[in-house]
Amino acid sequence: MEQHFTDTIDAGRRIEPRDWMPDGYRKTMIRQIAQHAHSEIIGMQPEGTWITRAPSLRRKAILLAKVQDEAGHGMYLYSAAETLGADRGDLTRKLIDGRQKYSSIFNYPALSYADVGVIGWLVDGAAIVNQVPLCRSSYGPYARAMIRICKEESFHQRQGYELLLAMMNGTSAQRAMVQDAADRYWWPSLMMFGPPDADSPNTAQSMKWGIKRHTNDELRQRFVDMTVPQAARLGVTLPDPDLRWNDERGHYDFGEPDWEEFKAVLSGAGPCNAERSARRRAAHDDGAWVREAALAHAARTRNPPAERIFAATGAPDA
Amino acid sequence: MTTADDGAALARYCLALGDDALIYSHRLTEWMTRLPELEEETAVANIALDLLGQARMLLTRAGAILGRSEDDLAFFRAGHEFRNVRLAEHGDRDFAELVVRLLLFSVWRLALLEKLAGAPDPGLAAIAAKGVNEVAYHRDYAARWVMRLGDGTALSHVKAQAALSALWPLTGELFRPDPDAPFALDRAETDPVLDAVLSAATLARPQTAQLGEVSGRAGRDGVHTEAMGSILAELQSVARAHPGATW
Repeated sequence: MEQHFTDTIDAGRRIEPRDWMPDGYRKTMIRQIAQHAHSEIIGMQPEGTWITRAPSLRRKAILLAKVQDEAGHGMYLYSAAETLGADRGDLTRKLIDGRQKYSSIFNYPALSYADVGVIGWLVDGAAIVNQVPLCRSSYGPYARAMIRICKEESFHQRQGYELLLAMMNGTSAQRAMVQDAADRYWWPSLMMFGPPDADSPNTAQSMKWGIKRHTNDELRQRFVDMTVPQAARLGVTLPDPDLRWNDERGHYDFGEPDWEEFKAVLSGAGPCNAERSARRRAAHDDGAWVREAALAHAARTRNPPAERIFAATGAPDA
Repeated sequence: MTTADDGAALARYCLALGDDALIYSHRLTEWMTRLPELEEETAVANIALDLLGQARMLLTRAGAILGRSEDDLAFFRAGHEFRNVRLAEHGDRDFAELVVRLLLFSVWRLALLEKLAGAPDPGLAAIAAKGVNEVAYHRDYAARWVMRLGDGTALSHVKAQAALSALWPLTGELFRPDPDAPFALDRAETDPVLDAVLSAATLARPQTAQLGEVSGRAGRDGVHTEAMGSILAELQSVARAHPGATW
């Protein structure tokens, strides 16, 4: 069985839910998918806070649809984790209790409407760089989920960038908002790729299993190379004095993120860690009576479905 | 009646229905990231998006007559210029209020839109026809949850009945005669559907008195609840902080 697993991975084929897999692979996959699902759900919060204040009805509709997509991604990913024997309720409990992580970027505050655009541009941009290789993850359900999610993420990224273009063509106050948001989100975005390769002990095993395709530093470089020309087109200055093109390497050189800050945020000491978990916990706990009612009702199911009631009263079908 | 009068009445009526949708959508978006399940996050977002879409079309239709854009109407009118019913501006205190209010609102709005699909103004008729399918879904979603809560646990039954009793006084305004409306809608026309859902949910139709008016004026006349001020302060804050900006 183990031979079959190894052969499948080595041949670049997919592991499917019914296939035998080592416990370590299963656990790592569940953790990776759950962490991704949690990030989608917690990621609804910083942008979600701006829906009620969006400055035009068109921007409001775009933002609301994006936050809805994130909830959808979360559900989709939790389902992928369930194919490995995990339980969504249990994973949610682990998130709320702080036993599983989500992307640290969401522990930074969204302070102006420009942040909505910058989150789309930089945060979704970094997420795409991280996720595109995962469309080739060795675990089939996750790889297929990623294909769909990446399509929607790149749509979100373009919308974010388009908002920033509009703002950069607007008033000086709008341009200042965009620059300020880029200043705050640039370094945390670079941290989204994880610690430097030298400090990433699990990378080798994950690459061997085909659940990670590139190292953290490779992906970080790819993101920087992709983003610098986009910043120039916007007219935004990225807050790194060491950022410059290196002809020899054929890549941009860039400064070192503050890894102490990264560790602090990861360990729970970021500006919004407590707030984000508290909101998720409150939603889950406050909703307990609702979920219990739904279960009790389903167990009885003596009510006819809504369609039949409406049909009986002559109301049109939905 | 002259054509100019018809235009003014149509603009007022589109504003009324558009403001209902805009303010209702705003209240629903306040629930994002606070709902009991992820399925509810996507469903409520979907309903809020539908209503926002209806608001945009109706404000655009009104704005075409008034010479104003949808954003100008949404972000640069004062509270007394908004014509939504007070039910739209109610802030739901729990999930029971969310689904009971949505049931009351969408049963009424669906009946209204079905009639308006035959309105004399082709613009309004098209907006209404598109809205019928959307609001039918909103009503079904709300009805399912009202039945689950009403006929769920003892606790959920108490909460659903309390929500119904708290919100019932806001329903009278929905059926006030409206001189701008192309068709009249009587409460008796929506009773069969509502009663069927309430009965399946084992909920009692309240006998509570209707919410008072101010010298005969209510939401449609621009006289709102105190909550309206906070809603607009939030909804309009960024747009008003940057007059002349484009987004």
